[in-house]
Amino acid sequence: MLDSPLKLHPSVALRPEPFGALAYHYDNRRLIFLKHPTIVDVVKDLAQHPDLRSTLSAHGIDEQQWDNYDKAICSLIESDVVVAR
Amino acid sequence: MTALTERMKDGLDAPICITWELTYSCNLSCVHCLSSSGRRDPKELTTEEAFRVVDELRDMQVFYVNIGGGEPMIRRDFFEIVEYATSSGVGVKFSTNGTYIDAATAQRLAAMEYLDIQISLDGADAATNDAIRGEGSYDTAMTAMRHLKDAGFGEFKISVVITRHNIAQLDEFKAIADEFGAQLRITRLRPSGRAVDTWEELHPTLDQQRTLHQWLLGHGENVLTGDSFFHLNALGESLPGLNLCGAGRVVCLIDPIGDVYACPFVIHDEFLAGNVRDDGGFAAVWRTSDCFTELRGPQSAGACASCGSWDACQGGCMAAKFFTGLPLDGPDPECVGGDGEYALASAGAIPRPSGDHSKPVAVQLGRRSNV
Repeated sequence: MLDSPLKLHPSVALRPEPFGALAYHYDNRRLIFLKHPTIVDVVKDLAQHPDLRSTLSAHGIDEQQWDNYDKAICSLIESDVVVAR
Repeated sequence: MTALTERMKDGLDAPICITWELTYSCNLSCVHCLSSSGRRDPKELTTEEAFRVVDELRDMQVFYVNIGGGEPMIRRDFFEIVEYATSSGVGVKFSTNGTYIDAATAQRLAAMEYLDIQISLDGADAATNDAIRGEGSYDTAMTAMRHLKDAGFGEFKISVVITRHNIAQLDEFKAIADEFGAQLRITRLRPSGRAVDTWEELHPTLDQQRTLHQWLLGHGENVLTGDSFFHLNALGESLPGLNLCGAGRVVCLIDPIGDVYACPFVIHDEFLAGNVRDDGGFAAVWRTSDCFTELRGPQSAGACASCGSWDACQGGCMAAKFFTGLPLDGPDPECVGGDGEYALASAGAIPRPSGDHSKPVAVQLGRRSNV
């Protein structure tokens, strides 16, 4: 997924929480927990960069951790919080 | 217990989900009504006041409310309030007995966005349902569901409170839901409201609870439960969900007169945190009330501290304990380890719910003959 251009689904709202954020999908009425503040920043910023890789890099995230972020984003794609653009 | 669940126990800046009962008025008199509804309360929120509540929820980013009652559709401004909420980005799921959903209303509902409907049904046949919800209520609910299906509403919910008498009908409920393209939601019977007097004869037996646990595991996330059966987790495998009592931490109740309680099942002064009409409104009640602050503090496991299942069941439901006269830091009355039954034998006096809005029982007045 690292090379894909992505964005936050337009029907998803994010509410900041101490643990990260609460995401609500207005289309399917599902609540999703984003369990880390950094992943919240990355998700919010996806549309500003050519792909996931450059988003991670812009946020100064250590390359060794990209795999974990890739997995987290994949699971958010599954729940339709993040979509291709 | 995950780090996330631990965090939720400390409470959030805003609730994840709110139950908002719009009126105590209801055309039915269900024997297990958690808010003892029947008659409207003269102090109920006005339309304007309801709008202000919605404004607050929008500002706090509460994404949706569960609207109920009473029968919320009885309010003449029902659609006005719902439309105000959904257009403010506060989604609505409302619970109804279906009486006021005719073909035209179903079409109106089907055309609305961010709206979900929950039809209450407590038996898979008329006899079982009507014994709880009153004569004719089964047919009323089925008719409403047919209208919703015909109007193309999509996947609404069928909401069942599980009792000793309908627990054998789980597969039939699922079949009814499938027939209407609906999703089945089953929740736990609490001894709240009028059920304070009927819980003892209606709540499932221990054997039935075991069957329910297995059935829920078999159906996974296809059947909704509002996370209400987490006390069953002590039977072994955990059910999907947060596995915690969210009262005052991630959920709460706003009642028809604006009183804010820790959850929909504890309408009692003990769990009254404030009123949306107070200075600072709902947000202040949620964030600073003594009642909610206390619920977010560390809770003692009490008599359950030495039980190996505590992590799995968290001691069960606060409301169930409270309204059966059990201490809050002990076993749930339906503890699957059997400790609840034991505790009930020496339970204290049973508290009465704060308000009773039940309709008066009609009595025949006769002329006094010898005055």
